[in-house]
Amino acid sequence: MHQSLETVRESLAQSHTQSKTMAKSPETEHPNKVFGWAARDKSGVLSPFNFSRRDNGENDVTVKILFCGVCHTDLHTIKNDWGYSYYPVVPGHEIVGIATKVGKNVTKFKEGDRVGVGVITGSCQSCESCDQDLENYCPQMAFTYNAIGADGTKNYGGYSDNIVVDQRFVLRFPENLPSDSGAPLLCAGITVYSPMKYYGMTEAGKHLGVAGLGGLGHVAVKIAKAFGLKVTVISSSPKKEEEAITQLGADSFLVTTDPQKMKAAIGTMDYIIDTVSAVHALYPLLGLLKVNGKLIALGLPEKPLELPMFPLVLGRKMVGGSDIGGMKETQEMLDFCAKHNITADIELIKMDEINSAMERLAKSDVKYRFVIDVANSLSPP
Amino acid sequence: MGKVLEKEAFGLAAKDNSGVLSPFSFSRRETGEKDVRFKVLFCGICHSDLHMVKNEWGSSIYPVVPGHEIVGVVTEVGAKVTKFKTGDNVGVGCLVGSCGSCDNCTEGMENYCPKLIQTYGFKYYDDTITCGGYSDHMVCDEGFVIRIPDNLPMDAAAPLLCAGITVYSPMKYHGLDKPGMHIGVVGLGGLGHVGVKFSKAMGCKVTVISTSEGKRDEAINRLGADTFLVSRDPKQVKDAMGTMDGIIDTVSATHPLLPLLGLLKQKGILVMVGAPVKPLELPVLPLIFERKMIVGSLIGGIKETQEMMDMAAKHNITADIELISADYVNTAMERLEKADVRYRFVIDVANTLKPSPNL
Repeated sequence: MHQSLETVRESLAQSHTQSKTMAKSPETEHPNKVFGWAARDKSGVLSPFNFSRRDNGENDVTVKILFCGVCHTDLHTIKNDWGYSYYPVVPGHEIVGIATKVGKNVTKFKEGDRVGVGVITGSCQSCESCDQDLENYCPQMAFTYNAIGADGTKNYGGYSDNIVVDQRFVLRFPENLPSDSGAPLLCAGITVYSPMKYYGMTEAGKHLGVAGLGGLGHVAVKIAKAFGLKVTVISSSPKKEEEAITQLGADSFLVTTDPQKMKAAIGTMDYIIDTVSAVHALYPLLGLLKVNGKLIALGLPEKPLELPMFPLVLGRKMVGGSDIGGMKETQEMLDFCAKHNITADIELIKMDEINSAMERLAKSDVKYRFVIDVANSLSPP
Repeated sequence: MGKVLEKEAFGLAAKDNSGVLSPFSFSRRETGEKDVRFKVLFCGICHSDLHMVKNEWGSSIYPVVPGHEIVGVVTEVGAKVTKFKTGDNVGVGCLVGSCGSCDNCTEGMENYCPKLIQTYGFKYYDDTITCGGYSDHMVCDEGFVIRIPDNLPMDAAAPLLCAGITVYSPMKYHGLDKPGMHIGVVGLGGLGHVGVKFSKAMGCKVTVISTSEGKRDEAINRLGADTFLVSRDPKQVKDAMGTMDGIIDTVSATHPLLPLLGLLKQKGILVMVGAPVKPLELPVLPLIFERKMIVGSLIGGIKETQEMMDMAAKHNITADIELISADYVNTAMERLEKADVRYRFVIDVANTLKPSPNL
């Protein structure tokens, strides 16, 4: 059974208790000192944090971190929006850096290689999902941060100077993909690429709607255009229209608050990727789909959404979900983006600007991803 | 009164949203060159009939002559009809017309045609409102008539024309028809009981999911389900988590989806064929973290309805019915509302439906 939110909470609670009873602080838990920024409570305020990481094992790659993207999940986690944050939390799962050490069993990477680390850094490596390169659906899957690693200790993410990762969860960063604007692909990119492939949404000429134009949405537009799809951005803010069309390459823009335009667009889309994480109405989106249309929900609302049944039944429509992607397809996605020159639109920030960046992210005030210039701005006190 | 057509007909109609059915004289067109005319022998009572006579969906145009699980014997065929002849056993389900030229129609999915015409309550090409099978005879375009195989009893085959195709179509479309798969069927009524039979015939392991323990014996001993699960019992639900490839949800009342999604394996599909009027709560996290899907389905196309009927004949699948006389229909509707039927009422039209005494 998948590691549901409940089991994540339980295993973190257990480990938390164990850590306390073993009286090991984050600094002394492992042999190698590391510096990063962590949130210590649900105010979500991040501040300098000294901790430690394990030695580089025979299957491991140690990565000196150059850049780390700021994903909306980071914000949800530091504020404990989903109720399973165990503080202190060092977020960050869109990590690009340089391999500084490789273990003796590591074959795919060597020192000096430019590499990426995404949302997961562990899985059982022996179940059906892992055998199919779907580590993201493994019941023992471990997130890069705020989860328990294979050694039973808490994982800390990429808002830090380095990270030690099993080679299976390290990605080769293609040469022509810039480290800073390529970093967000490690979460945002794979999160939209995986369902596009899985649900058969890559047929050139078909019509895709992308609901929400943030980190996920803007990358979805670019990847979809590279597949030859016609793309309509569906948004509640009219002021995003010009950017969507001229900068991102969308074919059209649909404002959800314009009833006439919404009516004219009924039954015109083969698929919709819904990146909106706030609670929102599905009924108008379902109406935009053709018969047999598919709506893929990627955003993680805090509460359940309302699902009207009639549109589903009368039009054989589908609502599905998807969760990042496996390691093989994440590499495939990076190579695809390198080939088509797809990168995220980013705003580069310094580590000590992270708290104001989080405030702006909460208001969706970013075009379209913050990326922390870790190597140049993260300095221990 | 609507437009008067060439041939007299009689049946039962609801005249207002009390839903009470009473004798009704009306007319049908004469047999056109592509039409099949047949004497109605039996007509199943679908839950949709109850919704429509009471105008619960807000679309009813009175008087409503319901009935879309209609079987009978051909009495006349038009000059251009090739597939049927007088004396054939035939049936008509939920559709009597579609545009014939859109993508859906050309791919055998007339049921999703934007111009589809349902067997009753819809405007036909001659500007009349279609009247269904609670009547003495039907006339229907050949393209929407189904052959009833000889070895199927007509009365117990009638409900397959709606209930049967409604569960069969999504099982095939979503690949939930492979031997060895584990399929859940939620709700054990007209749709549910037929769902169990088809799924077993496809070689699947079937679990009936119900809110009441009382149906366990029937589900397993009479219908052949492999297991039975009470959805209100958290332990039973927990023990079955992540075990089903697909679930066919026939329940039309509001109900929670979260436990059903939990019963699915990863990549599992929840098929909604019941149509609750109010939106249901959709927990998004199970869809995302376990790549599960929820999909709707509406009856099926004509070709696959014939395919379904032929499969039923091959595996001796029929509905479990309670045969009633025409004058019992209002009582049957009251019992149907309380789900007090195992599992479909079928009206013995030919033997019990009489014209209005006022004729």
